[in-house]
Amino acid sequence: MSHVRSWLANPWARARFLWVVAVAYLAWTLLPVIIAVLFSFNATRSLTSWQGFSTQWYAGNVNSVWDDPVLRAALFQSLKLAGLTVLIAVPLGVAFALALDRWQGRGAGPANFLMLFSFITPEVAIGIALLLFFTQLAIGIGLGFTAQLAGLSMYMMAYSVIVVRARLLSIGREYEEAAMDLGASPVGALRRVLLPLLSPAIFASAAIVFAASLDNFVISQQLSKDASTQTIPILIYSSARTGPLPSLNALASLTLVASTLVIGLALVVYRRASREQRRPALTRTVA
Amino acid sequence: MPEGAASGTRGAWFPRWFWPSFATPATLWLLAFFVVPFFVILAIAFGRLDPIFLTPAPVYNPAGWSFGPFGDVLSQIFSSGSIYQSALAHTLVFVGTATALCLAIGYPVAYFIARHAGRFKTLFLVLFIAPFWISYMMRMLAWINLLQPNGYVNRGLEALGLIDGPVYWLNGKPLTVILGLTYGYIPYMILPLYGTLDRIPASTLEASRDLGAGQLSTFLRVTLPLSRQGILAGLVIVSLPMFGDYYTTTLLAGTRNTAMIGNLIVSSIQSSLVQTGASLVLILLLLLIVPMLYYLRTTERAAEIGRGA
Repeated sequence: MSHVRSWLANPWARARFLWVVAVAYLAWTLLPVIIAVLFSFNATRSLTSWQGFSTQWYAGNVNSVWDDPVLRAALFQSLKLAGLTVLIAVPLGVAFALALDRWQGRGAGPANFLMLFSFITPEVAIGIALLLFFTQLAIGIGLGFTAQLAGLSMYMMAYSVIVVRARLLSIGREYEEAAMDLGASPVGALRRVLLPLLSPAIFASAAIVFAASLDNFVISQQLSKDASTQTIPILIYSSARTGPLPSLNALASLTLVASTLVIGLALVVYRRASREQRRPALTRTVA
Repeated sequence: MPEGAASGTRGAWFPRWFWPSFATPATLWLLAFFVVPFFVILAIAFGRLDPIFLTPAPVYNPAGWSFGPFGDVLSQIFSSGSIYQSALAHTLVFVGTATALCLAIGYPVAYFIARHAGRFKTLFLVLFIAPFWISYMMRMLAWINLLQPNGYVNRGLEALGLIDGPVYWLNGKPLTVILGLTYGYIPYMILPLYGTLDRIPASTLEASRDLGAGQLSTFLRVTLPLSRQGILAGLVIVSLPMFGDYYTTTLLAGTRNTAMIGNLIVSSIQSSLVQTGASLVLILLLLLIVPMLYYLRTTERAAEIGRGA
């Protein structure tokens, strides 16, 4: 009670002012999204007034995510693109991170510079460059799923490099060198010592790449060929202003659930693994 | 430095070619899908046009490049009243205002998590990171729902007596675009700010208090200067992608007088003005090359410090 009273007496004390700003900020960022998710459960087609609860926009209605072929195709197309992007971008990124960290040669600097440059170039420039590449030079591939996969895996690789490299910095070289002193081959030391130590970071980077690919708009849109390569963000972009139904909100909510699950799982795995690794790591991984 | 001696013995463990070979696949991938595509942009921007069909005829040999068409686009930008110039002006105003808003809102928020969130710190961090994995398109869709003429924003303002009739927020209002950009990109501002503010040791602030500085002067003379790096990083991280944004303004305004450079690039390509589009991409990159290099340099330095070299 005295807490409330002192608050009312002086609401502009610095920490209280900051509490207000922070809570208002959270409401501003999260409330619109929460409302959008709620409206995916609306009983009617209205997106502006609440008419009661229903799951018809997920399945059952002809225009629901499950029953409308366009929405369902976009859902599967997005999952396929994000999944395959992870399979390409993460192995390439992990190998690249290992090379950058352990290789002392003079090629490492420029290679790293190139990777970071690709990461901070505005996406529209990359998207248009890839679009022109696939329509003017690599005509044999052309636009479509393969082009989307190539472009996205190039762009997403950096996430994996950054996450894995941060972990490598904290591991040091002692483990793999000890393994080789004990007779392991370079590949053996890598496979049986370094990769197990890195696995939480690899897993976390895979989750980040998956979530970011699922949400990617610019590169996927620029390299999309037609309706068959339309992903969820492309669909939201093209229909958000033209009288959308709550099923569009349902589709967006499903991506949100997918990203949250993947990121949450990665967080749990990462925290558990890094806690375990603080215990004697060598005895556990080499044994 | 003992580094050299150490790497001499290191060779006994790993063959010289071992680690470099790991960089090969990713480097090839970057060359194929990043470097070569940008070379195609150059070849088109400085190349020729097919005289009959007006389709681009890329010139891949730099010796044959002509800079006339690129110069034309560039001079269009400097001629007053052209759509190029107004798009550039919109871009600068929108990005500038939205970036400033991101900093003005993001700084107190980041300061709060770093200093005052107390036992709720983890919870707040998770909530503040949430927008990172909520799709950008979904966040825009959420606002499009709210900003409809009969949406919750208008109804709320009407209930408060602030407006009489519905406001058409989505019909080409620069304000909507600026707020949309701020909303979309502000998480990228908060994270680097939080990073630097969290690293300022409490003892530094206590020392400032002990030496007689008040709260305000401790903030202005200790905290603010020490967080300069985070402010600069945040400004660059937020504004770089904003400069290339074309979807936010299309979704939230969708008119010609809110078009940004990104819209010009995309619409030129769509209307087969490929050479113009390629030239505009180059102009955008020329505009941004200084902040991009600045950012690369600071991250590299940070990595070196982290490595202890």
